[in-house]
Amino acid sequence: MKKSVFLGTIAVAGLAAGAVSAQTLDEVQARGELNCGVSTGLAGFSAPDSDGEWQGFDVAVCRAVAAAALGDPSAVNFVPTTGQTRFTALASGEVDMLARNTTWTFTRDVDLRFEFVGINYYDGQGFMIPRELGVTSAMELDGATVCIQTGTTTELNLADFFASNNMDYEPVPVETNAEAQQQYLAGACDVYTTDSSGLAATRATFEDPSAHVIMPEIISKEPLGPVVRHGDNEWGDLVRWVLVGLIAAEELGVTSDNVMELAEGTNNPSIERMLGNEGEFGPILGIDQDWMVNVISSVGNYGEIFEENIGEDTPIGLARGLNAQWTDGGLLYAWPFR
Amino acid sequence: MTSMTEPPAESFRLSQLIYDTRYRSMTIQVVAFILILLALFWLGRNIVSNLEDLGKDFDFGFLGSRAGYDINQRLIEYSNDSTHARAALVGILNTLLVAVLGCALATVLGVIAGVLRLSNNWIVARLMAVYVEGFRNIPLLLWIILIFAVMTEATPRPSDFRGDRPEASMILGDSVAITNRGVYIPNVFFTRSLGGNEMAEVTDSAEATVIASSSGLDWFVIILVFVASILGARAIGRWATAKQEATGIRPAGAFWMQVGTVVVPSVIVFLALGATLDFPGLRGFNFGGGIHLRNSLIALWLALALYTGAFIAEIVRAGILSVSKGQTEAAFALGLRPNRTMNLVILPQALRVIIPPLISHYLNLTKNSSLAIAVGYMDVRSTLGGITINQTGRELEGMLLLGLFYLVTSLVISGVMNIYNKSVMLKER
Repeated sequence: MKKSVFLGTIAVAGLAAGAVSAQTLDEVQARGELNCGVSTGLAGFSAPDSDGEWQGFDVAVCRAVAAAALGDPSAVNFVPTTGQTRFTALASGEVDMLARNTTWTFTRDVDLRFEFVGINYYDGQGFMIPRELGVTSAMELDGATVCIQTGTTTELNLADFFASNNMDYEPVPVETNAEAQQQYLAGACDVYTTDSSGLAATRATFEDPSAHVIMPEIISKEPLGPVVRHGDNEWGDLVRWVLVGLIAAEELGVTSDNVMELAEGTNNPSIERMLGNEGEFGPILGIDQDWMVNVISSVGNYGEIFEENIGEDTPIGLARGLNAQWTDGGLLYAWPFR
Repeated sequence: MTSMTEPPAESFRLSQLIYDTRYRSMTIQVVAFILILLALFWLGRNIVSNLEDLGKDFDFGFLGSRAGYDINQRLIEYSNDSTHARAALVGILNTLLVAVLGCALATVLGVIAGVLRLSNNWIVARLMAVYVEGFRNIPLLLWIILIFAVMTEATPRPSDFRGDRPEASMILGDSVAITNRGVYIPNVFFTRSLGGNEMAEVTDSAEATVIASSSGLDWFVIILVFVASILGARAIGRWATAKQEATGIRPAGAFWMQVGTVVVPSVIVFLALGATLDFPGLRGFNFGGGIHLRNSLIALWLALALYTGAFIAEIVRAGILSVSKGQTEAAFALGLRPNRTMNLVILPQALRVIIPPLISHYLNLTKNSSLAIAVGYMDVRSTLGGITINQTGRELEGMLLLGLFYLVTSLVISGVMNIYNKSVMLKER
């Protein structure tokens, strides 16, 4: 009897252990929906619009992956996560991927067991301060009260920046961007610090954006990108190549307008391979042959996503800067589809 | 008739384990015990295999590595170069600070509200009913956020105190500033400190911790002297009572001797240490100097105290009602005034009923203080359970430590309160 109990226990434990390591792509396809972790609300990057539809630069990455894996850009279940909950949500399998301004760092990549598939926004940490305070440089912030989102790299950069410049500050920890905005506007902190794209996005939602200035100093490198769990390389490859595809499409001039036309055949072999007219790239990834056609036709290429959500014609008004194609002096450099 | 029937031979069949009442309860317990063990084993096994799948190990080594983040309210020395263990300790002290402050204020509020709710004055009794029902029936988190929002939105900014014609001004003779970043009150520091810290350290405005940078040794000495003088005063009281019982006359001036014994030694120590007040003043972006009571602390403290106070009020009311009306009538018949009746006759008896549920509300308050995250108060949930876990990815270890801390704290509180309960319990001989 003892033996059978023991064996039974082993069997139960074995079953329980099996659940976690299943393939994410199979799970997503079986579920028919992608669980995508986004931020709790950052205008231009991920925020629900007036119809309750999630919109934004990070949201587009989720939709692109859903279009590739499921053929349907709307088959996404958006899971809002805070700086503190995002990694637990990903590690526990609550979300299949994170697309939420997450900085690629050594610790997160190696020690926390995550896989950064690439970089979709090159950013750096900045400071925003009301114009009336008359501060022109971050070096004048000695003694300031600083609002900061907890559980972020900015928290650590801030400590390093003030310590290395022999300045003091008073941190006011907040959970979300919305909370930080409320505290900052109420004057409970002098300065708000986060990634400078986040500052621009936040400032765009203010009643009077011109009353606030973003300091010229960028105190850190913040390469932001989508994250998946470590260990499921097939899923990681899929998300990575969707991102690369978005960037390559811009470089190759494939847009949401002309993708259908180009899919019928062109004389550019690179485009032929990417759009699935040549080679077996989709099936190798475990998805449809026309996956990139689905992606581009539903969300557009990288440049289109950028211009639509955070570009210079939007209220957020971010310049391409480092996020231009390498041919235009930026850092975006898509690896070849070959 | 000496013949006895032979007892039937002890034959044991397996079915007896279920059908024989002598064995049945034992069987059930053994089976339940095995099931519980299996469940525990399954959970443990699950943790181990999941950790393996994630490629994570189980290691508390992260506590010794550099934390890298700053904490605004710290009762002990801490910087971003300190370890995660130190950060956890800072958080623990912050938790204990708000728990102690909260329990003290909640008890005062609760006792007052509970007694007043039984008042014969209609308005007072109804007002207290509104307070109790209002706070008891609305979630604590809403009160915390509401008080915090009022503190940040309705109070002036530090910059409003600036200029020739400031929009806001400090109160109580320019000694207290109420701002949307917290309340700044004067701080006591010692110019002839035993710890040997000099003025330079104290005037360091950035060190705006709740207990400012005065040496802990000074405060320790003062508390020691204070406790000793209270013991002295009680000895005088006992002597006077004994004298009164022997002679019928209480020695003249016994009360003033007690007051003197309590006050004089402490004042002498204060003066000897060169106690001086450090007033808050505008420095740079903020107020500097003095003690900075942050809005997060005030909001959390008030909300916890008001909320728990409402429950304590009901406990106190129940305790008072549990004392038979005959006791009040007897006290009145002896000529005691209502005030003294309450203090000398009713409350001491009511305490027996009040203490046990009071313990559980102290525990609740302590555990509820983990809602601090809502207003960014850096308690142990925010440091160890929040930022440290997030920066190191040690969820399991961090949560275990956090649970252990709350468990130990709760057990200590209930242990201490149980000792107190024993002292007020009905003595049965």
